Amino acid sequence: MNEEPGFAMGIPPVAVSYGAQLDSLMTLLHVVMVAIFVIWGVYLAYCLWAYRARPGGRAVYHTAGERASFIPDALVLAFEVWLILAFGIPIWANLKQEVPPVGESLQIRLVAQQFAWNFQYAGPDGTFGRRDVALISASNAIGLDDKDPAAKDDVLSINNLHVPVGKPFTLLMTSKDVIHDFQVTNFRNKQDIVPGMTTTLWFEPNVIGKYEIGCAQLCGLGHTQMVGNVFVEEPADYEAWMKTQLELKLGTADASRVLEDARSQASAPGRAERTES
Amino acid sequence: MSDHGHAAPTGFWRKYIFSVDHKVIGIQYLITSFLFLLVGFSMMLLMRYQLAWPQPGADFDPENLGLVRGFIAWLFGETNMPYGYMDPTFYNQLGAMHGTIMIFLGVVPLGVAAFGNFVLPLQIGAEDMAFPRLNMASYWVYFVGSVVMMSSFLAPGGAAQSGWTSYAPLSVVAPPGQTIWLIAMVLIITSSLLGSINFIVTTLNMRAKGMTLGRLPVFCWVQLVTAVLLLLAFPVLEAGAVLQLLDRVAGTSFYIPKDMIYGDSVFPRAGGGSPLLWQHLFWFLAHPEVYVLLLPAMGIVTEIIATNTRKPIFGYKELVGSFVLIGALSFVVWAHHMFVSGMRTSIANLFVTTTMTISVPSVAVLSCLLLSLRGAQIRFNTPMLFALAFLPMFGIGGLTGLPLGYAPTDLYLHDTYYVIGHFHYVVAPGSLVALLGGTYYWFPKMFGRKMNEGLGKLHFTGTLIGMNLVFFPMFFQGMWGMQRRLADPTLQWHNLPVQGWSTVILAGALITAVAQIPFIFNFFWSIWSGEKAGENPWQATTLEWACPSPPPHGNFVTPPVVHRGPYEYSVPGRKADYWPQSDAA
Repeated sequence: MNEEPGFAMGIPPVAVSYGAQLDSLMTLLHVVMVAIFVIWGVYLAYCLWAYRARPGGRAVYHTAGERASFIPDALVLAFEVWLILAFGIPIWANLKQEVPPVGESLQIRLVAQQFAWNFQYAGPDGTFGRRDVALISASNAIGLDDKDPAAKDDVLSINNLHVPVGKPFTLLMTSKDVIHDFQVTNFRNKQDIVPGMTTTLWFEPNVIGKYEIGCAQLCGLGHTQMVGNVFVEEPADYEAWMKTQLELKLGTADASRVLEDARSQASAPGRAERTES
Repeated sequence: MSDHGHAAPTGFWRKYIFSVDHKVIGIQYLITSFLFLLVGFSMMLLMRYQLAWPQPGADFDPENLGLVRGFIAWLFGETNMPYGYMDPTFYNQLGAMHGTIMIFLGVVPLGVAAFGNFVLPLQIGAEDMAFPRLNMASYWVYFVGSVVMMSSFLAPGGAAQSGWTSYAPLSVVAPPGQTIWLIAMVLIITSSLLGSINFIVTTLNMRAKGMTLGRLPVFCWVQLVTAVLLLLAFPVLEAGAVLQLLDRVAGTSFYIPKDMIYGDSVFPRAGGGSPLLWQHLFWFLAHPEVYVLLLPAMGIVTEIIATNTRKPIFGYKELVGSFVLIGALSFVVWAHHMFVSGMRTSIANLFVTTTMTISVPSVAVLSCLLLSLRGAQIRFNTPMLFALAFLPMFGIGGLTGLPLGYAPTDLYLHDTYYVIGHFHYVVAPGSLVALLGGTYYWFPKMFGRKMNEGLGKLHFTGTLIGMNLVFFPMFFQGMWGMQRRLADPTLQWHNLPVQGWSTVILAGALITAVAQIPFIFNFFWSIWSGEKAGENPWQATTLEWACPSPPPHGNFVTPPVVHRGPYEYSVPGRKADYWPQSDAA
């Protein structure tokens, strides 16, 4: 993008379904914070002026109101309890404790490494090919097992994530080496990616566009350069991109056959969902 | 009390270097920690210079770098600053070491060890700490630890570079500087443990006659709470650091997960370790640590405000209760640093709740300090200016903790500059400003002379303006999503709209730097040429003002007896507006 160094204030445009609600919470918190600060500040300024030392003046020994001083504490506590119960727990459950059902959301594997993002799409068969660390090499970044039939139509994309607009997608994330963190500012959510375990992150992008992926967890000397892009596209554009990727990998004829197989299977009754995480 | 445990030393080495006198040890800590604050700050100046202009512009000429850039390129060499632009590895080293130095070698030794050592025994009317030799050992272990820490810059591959948090497994595979960091941390932690035991025993057992816990100055209370925090939290990090050391040098894999790849193959020692284990051990210390940085500052502010408002502090019991509550709660909030770490997600709600709860006693502390101003006769001397500035500055730091401790908004703000702005407001314009105020306040007791007021006010103004210019723009950068720990944020286009603020931050850092010159001059000039201060230059009530300035070996000419609470100012019916704790009538 052709951005120029500037002095922006505020928050970048939101491009995810749950973003609007998070942004209103962010605004609410900041309004309350500023209000508390202004009340404190005005009171402080008033005291500094009204109670400045005067020649021959004498301070007041007793000051009443010890009980009343608990009122701000109680107000703050009540506000925070309301925040937790009304929004905190349900939002957290929605964003982090649950992911959309497999059938309704596009599953994408993310294998992070120093300093790149490897995205693995399950392809038309909806099944991820097997990975094996022993197979990892310079030409096989995620150690995909080519002998696994499920791996045949898997699409790999480095640093570029393509997703259709208006449909949830779930990232099943792991790291090859150290801890990374998937951050897209317009998506308002982030998650560490930890070697040895799988973490998840889901989004329903609702604005078409190109957004930048940054790594938010210090991962070594190339940390700054560990960037990528999310392309949120019309479903037709996404399908076209997927088809091109398959053609690049398998050749035009094989790609068409694989897509055809998937279509006929999808229309067949009683198809079982097959995914692995 | 009358027969002092050890005789007054006579030789130079015993008196000033290997001293067991709490006052000398306090001043040793004071000077050493100020030196490290200067070192840590200088590193940050260099980083802010890099961040203001991270890349060569169109007019870049490698043959003619200009005076500043040319000098920097020459000073730090090809490896670290080629053409005066910072190598990312060097940036990561400075980042990790800035945090480590400022926290473990700067602010904690200053707030706890320097002021605690010097002031606490005087305020409780003791002739020294309970264990003077342990006290000396504590300083020298800290000194050795800090020398070891600094030596890591000489290691192959440079100093520690995995952040001050040293997250595994990045830290486990880092160059040897990390091993030195761990060894130094073990020493520094050991020093803190020696000190904390001493503080607890001294406060509980060495109080003068009549000094009940209810008459204890607030500063002593916060030192007691802080010492308990150190004693209970630091061993956990010490154990964690030893495990990381073993992972690095003894082939264990406490933090190295199965099948971890390093380079192009499986890391040879990859076992079934857990990277998250380190984070839990680290934050179990590091959150109480935040209060170790903060509580002494709050205690100092309370003392200065009581003295300079000329009235009793508002809500003594509420204040002390809040400090104890903050201390207790600080042990159950640590995982709010880990909402997005991959820990079990259901546990987050517990830590959101505890974190929100801990804000309540913090609000109570601020309320009490603000309400103490009501009906006062406020004297605006230099220590008071610093103490008053602490209130709104800590206010900003505390309030901005709210969207970070609250998980739904933390998802966006976590690991951005918003976090940097938040904790710096707590520690720099917050704690550090209060500690500077404490320096002006107790300087006359340490050296028998007052610091110059005019220079002090100059120092105050420059520091406050500079620090706010540094830290406030970080909220704008963080709200826009700029991540922390980026050697060159302009390599990511989403950061560009807020990149301009980095030049404002550099300007603020330079103002802060220049503002320290009058302070450094004032400090040394006043030791020899400042206005002479008597026993009690501020007309204060607590016991440290009832002994000569500077206090002799053994502190009090006659053992003090305490007759009343610590803040009896403007008592009706008395002529003087202060009534010292040790005055019989």
